[in-house]
Amino acid sequence: MKFKYEIEGGNFSKAGNASSEVKKILKQLNVPPPIIKRLVVALYEGEVNVVAHAWNGCIYVEIEPERIDVKIEDKGPGIPDIEQAMQEGFSTASQAVREMGFGAGMGLPNMKKNADQLNISSKVGKGTIVELVIFLNGKR
Amino acid sequence: MKISQLVEVLEGKVVCGEQFLDKEVQYGFASDLMSDVLTLDSDKLVLITGLNNLQTIRTAEMADIECVIFVRNKKVLPPMIEIACEHEMVLVECRFSMFNAVARLSTAGLKPVY
Repeated sequence: MKFKYEIEGGNFSKAGNASSEVKKILKQLNVPPPIIKRLVVALYEGEVNVVAHAWNGCIYVEIEPERIDVKIEDKGPGIPDIEQAMQEGFSTASQAVREMGFGAGMGLPNMKKNADQLNISSKVGKGTIVELVIFLNGKR
Repeated sequence: MKISQLVEVLEGKVVCGEQFLDKEVQYGFASDLMSDVLTLDSDKLVLITGLNNLQTIRTAEMADIECVIFVRNKKVLPPMIEIACEHEMVLVECRFSMFNAVARLSTAGLKPVY
């Protein structure tokens, strides 16, 4: 099963809508709740990142019997130093993003913690692609 | 403890989810930073926060949090109620400071996450 969601940069009133839809689908498919939580927390952090930093983006979710693949692709400023961005506490978020309760430099580390696999590629001035995998059979 | 006890201790106002006041909660976490809330693994968790926007409710949804307390007299806004109702959350408004609310809940037996 494949799903695609479009994300609007800067629109915090819609941030989380895609993650909420994915959560509903996973519940309907009877995916175990701890796995749903790990996936939607990672996805929501990713969705908030697109809203907070990018101009627009897309989330692709592919659900298979043994794994869930998520690709979050955005057009935006990109990440100049991914290693630095992965450090807890590092943030370039605006004041507006911080007022929404985010932007404390916890997003990417938290995505890494929840996903079984995480891959980030980025081009400055073009955009960022975050790919994450969660295995449904407990394999890490 | 039951959510109803928590409401009593906080002299709080239940904004939505009155039908779920008998649900049990065990742990409390107080934060205005949603990214920190999203790092938690605990079940039966109550979120105590002063951040009254849609992302608070979305965060609670993703983290399977069924009860959110808004301290410092922050008011719950209508779009927040809509999403909270859909996900069967209890939202409570409370006029106390976060420190006061947390102290009362701790005395009443709500446990810290860490």
